[in-house]
Amino acid sequence: MQTTDPQGSVPSDVPEPPPHADEPRKLEARLTDADRVYRAVVSSGAAATLLLITLIGVFLLIGAWPALKEAGFSFLTEKVWTPDGQPPRFGVAAMMFGTFVSAVVAMAITVPVAVCTSLFINEYAPRAVRRSLTSLVDLMAAIPSLIFAIWGLFFLVPALAPIEDWVVAQFGGWLPLAEASATGGSLFNAGLIVACMTIPITTSIIREVLAQAPRHECEGALALGGTRWGMITSVVLPFGKGGIIGGSMLGLGRALGETLAATLILSIAFEIKPRILENGGITVASGIAIEFRDAKEMGLSALMAAGLALFIVTFAINFLAAMVVSRSRSGAST
Amino acid sequence: MTTQETRALTAAPGASPASLDAGSKGAPTASSTGPSTGSPAGPARRVPPRRRPRAWRWSDIAEAAGALAASFFLTWLIFNRLLPFRIMPLAFFAIWFVLFLPIYWFVTKDGQGTTAAKDRVATVFVMAGALFTFTPIVFVIGYVLYRGLKSLSGNFFTQTMQFVGPLAEATDGGALHSIIGTLEQLALATVIAVPLGVLTAVYLSEIKGPLARPVRLVADAMTALPSIVAGLFIFSLFIKPHIIGQSGILGSLALSILMLPTVTITAEQVLRVVPGSLREAALALGAPYWRSVLMVVLPTARAGLSTAVILGMARVVGETAPVLMTTGGTTLLNPNPLSGFQDNLPLFVFTQIRSSQESQVDRGWAGALILLVIVLLLFILARLVGSAGPGRRRFRIPIPGRGGRRRGR
Amino acid sequence: MTAPELDHTRPMAPQEAVPGPMGGVLEGVDVSCWFGSRKVLEGVNIKMDAGVVTALIGPSGCGKSTFLRTLNRMHELVPIATLAGSVLLDGHDIYGVGLRLTEVRRRIGMVFQKPNPFPAMTIADNVAAGLKLTGKKVADRDGLIEASLRRAGLWNEVRNRLDAPAGGLSGGQQQRLCIARSLAVSPDVLLMDEPCSALDPTSTRRIEETILELKDQVTIVIVTHNMQQAQRVSQHCAFFLAAENEPGRVIEQGPTDRLFSDPNDPRTADYVNGRFG
Repeated sequence: MQTTDPQGSVPSDVPEPPPHADEPRKLEARLTDADRVYRAVVSSGAAATLLLITLIGVFLLIGAWPALKEAGFSFLTEKVWTPDGQPPRFGVAAMMFGTFVSAVVAMAITVPVAVCTSLFINEYAPRAVRRSLTSLVDLMAAIPSLIFAIWGLFFLVPALAPIEDWVVAQFGGWLPLAEASATGGSLFNAGLIVACMTIPITTSIIREVLAQAPRHECEGALALGGTRWGMITSVVLPFGKGGIIGGSMLGLGRALGETLAATLILSIAFEIKPRILENGGITVASGIAIEFRDAKEMGLSALMAAGLALFIVTFAINFLAAMVVSRSRSGAST
Repeated sequence: MTTQETRALTAAPGASPASLDAGSKGAPTASSTGPSTGSPAGPARRVPPRRRPRAWRWSDIAEAAGALAASFFLTWLIFNRLLPFRIMPLAFFAIWFVLFLPIYWFVTKDGQGTTAAKDRVATVFVMAGALFTFTPIVFVIGYVLYRGLKSLSGNFFTQTMQFVGPLAEATDGGALHSIIGTLEQLALATVIAVPLGVLTAVYLSEIKGPLARPVRLVADAMTALPSIVAGLFIFSLFIKPHIIGQSGILGSLALSILMLPTVTITAEQVLRVVPGSLREAALALGAPYWRSVLMVVLPTARAGLSTAVILGMARVVGETAPVLMTTGGTTLLNPNPLSGFQDNLPLFVFTQIRSSQESQVDRGWAGALILLVIVLLLFILARLVGSAGPGRRRFRIPIPGRGGRRRGR
Repeated sequence: MTAPELDHTRPMAPQEAVPGPMGGVLEGVDVSCWFGSRKVLEGVNIKMDAGVVTALIGPSGCGKSTFLRTLNRMHELVPIATLAGSVLLDGHDIYGVGLRLTEVRRRIGMVFQKPNPFPAMTIADNVAAGLKLTGKKVADRDGLIEASLRRAGLWNEVRNRLDAPAGGLSGGQQQRLCIARSLAVSPDVLLMDEPCSALDPTSTRRIEETILELKDQVTIVIVTHNMQQAQRVSQHCAFFLAAENEPGRVIEQGPTDRLFSDPNDPRTADYVNGRFG
């Protein structure tokens, strides 16, 4: 092994590395015992999160098994919910229908409104109020859904009633969607209240993503003589596409799982109907909350099965959304 | 431009303020609104008035105002003359808005072309969307205050519902049992969820092991876990097999499931902004990993971590669905969360509001007001804590998916 | 201004904490480094003697900072980083099984390019942070803090606000606080990665004075872009250079005076005379 003499100078232009030097050497990076404990503790914390989600799935499945065995495939197609009757008849068809209809109504309102609000905060609002508006959105997202739900029940639905009655009266005759014998406790109204809850959370995500649109590209678009809207459509929206999709899907996840609005607003009816303005409907979450009190052995199992179905649907959607959002972000930062 | 700058400029009349106006778009009428510098009258050379360039012209406002007026009268015509409607404010506004859009479109298109018209109409849309978002918050808070204050009295905090019959006045009885239940369950849920969440966050930001990606995705997806599913899970785990009966602790467990992803994601974002150079400095001093995390990383981020905790609490304090299945609900005061039915505030509101008695509904609104106040307090606390001290960060709703991003810009 | 301080700082150094008055001898033997499959450094042999300030100079991207980070095992903090060869501290391989990783880093301190005091701690806590972080107990904590701050030439400026947060100091003071923090764990070697590049000229001069005061107590290795600085503070100097798409190598090394006045290699001459880099 040749050691350099510090006094002389060794021009090592063409060094003759010893053969072993051209391969990376195996490092001896032993952790101390304490560090091993630290790693183990922290890793087990992370593993617990994974374990928890698995446990939720497994225990719901165990609880749901008797009902699923009893109902078989009809669990997905049956509308009626009399699991404790003789013979038990139950299925999630009506619940799932109501869940999706109210969620679709909510998202049809949420997505455009959330995008507009995000754009307003980022691009239109005066700089001075931008921070305040952002925290106002955050505050709205923190307000419990219960409060929105009772506000909807006592304030919004009565306020909308005359308009809905008018729409039903004018268009009910020929537009099946607007047909209704009575209004108020409808899937549409439930969806509307759910929208009030999903708008802030969706706005929060979309605004965050859109705010990262590269400023120099925006200025480039403006410098070419583009209008503000031109800049938004050419730079901001293409940039934030992934965030808008992901944020909307997370909002959809919230809307699907929302319990309180549907429980308080809907007049319970286990049926499938396209008349979204008419009273009556049920969602999975509200169905569980309502039927849970009086459920017996098979009823509980059937509710578990419904919960499992909801869990699978929302988790799949949220998982996809999280992937879309994180991918759009990582792609955006490179 | 601030008044300070203006004064500085006035103090040095030699400097030409005109140079500051470079880049101003042609705004012929701007001089009437631009702040006057009050340039000394003495010197013969006239200093042009200082102004703030702006993008709009008076004609733009005229166009908008004209379109607004035209659509207003058209709406009025429809409502009062053509169709036999009663004037309902909400419907009136809706129709006004719907009519305004095409009128404004044609006015601007006629004067300035399609591109500008698109820009204008889009602006109207964006503003309407923002209005749609921010209006409910005013009405929600206003209505809760209005209904809640009516039936809120001192004994709301000191009495329970034990001896209150269905026909009692709204101001009779109180929610002491619910408030105590909420506080206990919230504290227990925090004690359970925070250590787990912070550990997971440390794993995600410090160890970055093989589990990091799945854990992050699962935590992201869990933020929107239906709260009723959390309740159902706890129910099937403990209550159905008769391991523990319905009680406060089970409510706390269900709430902690909902709290966990919020704490994890927020804490990870907070740890992520701790500069890597601090970790390196600690390691370069010869610290083992655990000490560098415990003594440098976590203390540096303590303000943000407190925010994470408070956010998690705010997330679950108003959750009703899981406690509906797990705590039992009662009208009695039960300070022991470990056994026996316990009430909590959201549950109190839920049961009171669903009753058909007007007085009970009013009592429910009082509970809703208290709940809203608790959430607002937590929110303000999170902001205060989050903006104080080193390692601060702006309060934010935890945004799923933000974790995987490198911090740039 | 600082010369009188030097006289009373050396007796102030806590006796049990300083292993030897001269610091340790650090020697890199055939060190090569990779990031993933990209080789960034090849066959570096440098001996960094005690009592001598060794400067590593060269243009950006020639691997001198990477080499410095191999000297106290910070290189491997980058997940894809690997290396070959060995680094000997007083004859023992720091990458060998005999020495614990944390012990290596305690004995070979490091000062970073940007000052990085711990923002959540006070000035005094920052100085003592190394003790807390390595789990060492010291009887005279206050004495050690004072001694370390004196050695870093910061004592007179902060003696009245030891309990103030470290973030309130100026950039140069923060950097000297970081030096004091490194000295408090009584390292044998102090590595400095462009310690003055984020500082103004006055602060730079103070740091250089500090380096010269410390050189008899601890072996100092400094990476610098500033050739005047290398001339001012170092006695031994190594010139790194990386040709395009090739790993960095040591082109020439020797006593600083000779390297600057009479370089053997034409590339060294070009660099020290400012013709490139």
